[in-house]
Amino acid sequence: MHIPDGYLGPPTYLAAYAACAPLWAIAARRVRQTLSARQAPLLAIAAAFSFLVMMFNIPLPGGTTGHAVGGVLIAIAIGPWGAMLSLTIALVIQAFVFGDGGITAIGANCLNIAFLMPFTGYYAYSFLSRFFPSDKGKALAAGIGGWVGLNCAALTTALMFGIQPLFHTAPDGRALYSPYPISVAVPAILLGHVFLFGVVEALVTGLVVHYLQRSRSAWILHSAAGEAV
Amino acid sequence: MKEFRVLWIALLVMALASPIGLYLPRLVKAGGAWGEWGLDEIRQMIGYAPAGMKKTADIWKAPVPEYALPGQEGAPLSRLSLSYILSAFIGIGACGGGGYLLARWLTGRRGKSRA
Repeated sequence: MHIPDGYLGPPTYLAAYAACAPLWAIAARRVRQTLSARQAPLLAIAAAFSFLVMMFNIPLPGGTTGHAVGGVLIAIAIGPWGAMLSLTIALVIQAFVFGDGGITAIGANCLNIAFLMPFTGYYAYSFLSRFFPSDKGKALAAGIGGWVGLNCAALTTALMFGIQPLFHTAPDGRALYSPYPISVAVPAILLGHVFLFGVVEALVTGLVVHYLQRSRSAWILHSAAGEAV
Repeated sequence: MKEFRVLWIALLVMALASPIGLYLPRLVKAGGAWGEWGLDEIRQMIGYAPAGMKKTADIWKAPVPEYALPGQEGAPLSRLSLSYILSAFIGIGACGGGGYLLARWLTGRRGKSRA
């Protein structure tokens, strides 16, 4: 789900950077206002955690591979704005050091993975946990939130790929950037995320929440409550 | 920091187990991620390399491309696994360091209150 260099035309990746810039600024301000000294190390731990989660490639047998991100779990722990900063750090390191995701596409990848994923997933989680306020209910809500968040990010990633032929096709019909239209990109990317990678994301999110609820670190789960936006 | 010891240990365990993410796809003969093909792969798939893509695809040369130390393309899987684990530790260091600096910059101005 990391868009590499060369797949998006300049209008798309510049627009994505432009969209991310104010979001990063808001995130920094929100985190400055709400992150307690006790929570501060979580920003670092979360960034390293999502980096590692993304190393666990999950294959569709005979098909493509994907991975979970951990973005919604992080949003539950340090709030969606904090998650945006942590995930941005991981994505920037991946792009610059490991060539995973393009330099030009950092804005696009951050918009999808660092912004849309934690926010959609976090809201799904907090909406559902209103109806299921028990510990088990919240763990379940967290799992569903993980699935929702990853699939939202997968959908917008697929759309970014898919709109390229609309904007950038040479007169001879050849694509200039990512060659596949929406009708190909969306099913190709969503299939794996809906049925496999999203399910893994849900399991990781739900199980870690379930574990944290009973651990001495349970306060982590309550710290972000009520200061979402 | 003591409060987070369990979490740091969990990260170490994840780093050591990371080669699972390298072996599993090969085990079931899966390819790479959709939309993350190299220029050669694209050329094979659609018969040409898109002109704009050709210009920007290699705009950046990553020091540890695809989580393998340089010059290890086609190295045996065991060696790649070591590279992968090393990459995981580089990732922990870089992401943890980056997150720490950012957190300190953002929370530092509110005095030295510690919980």
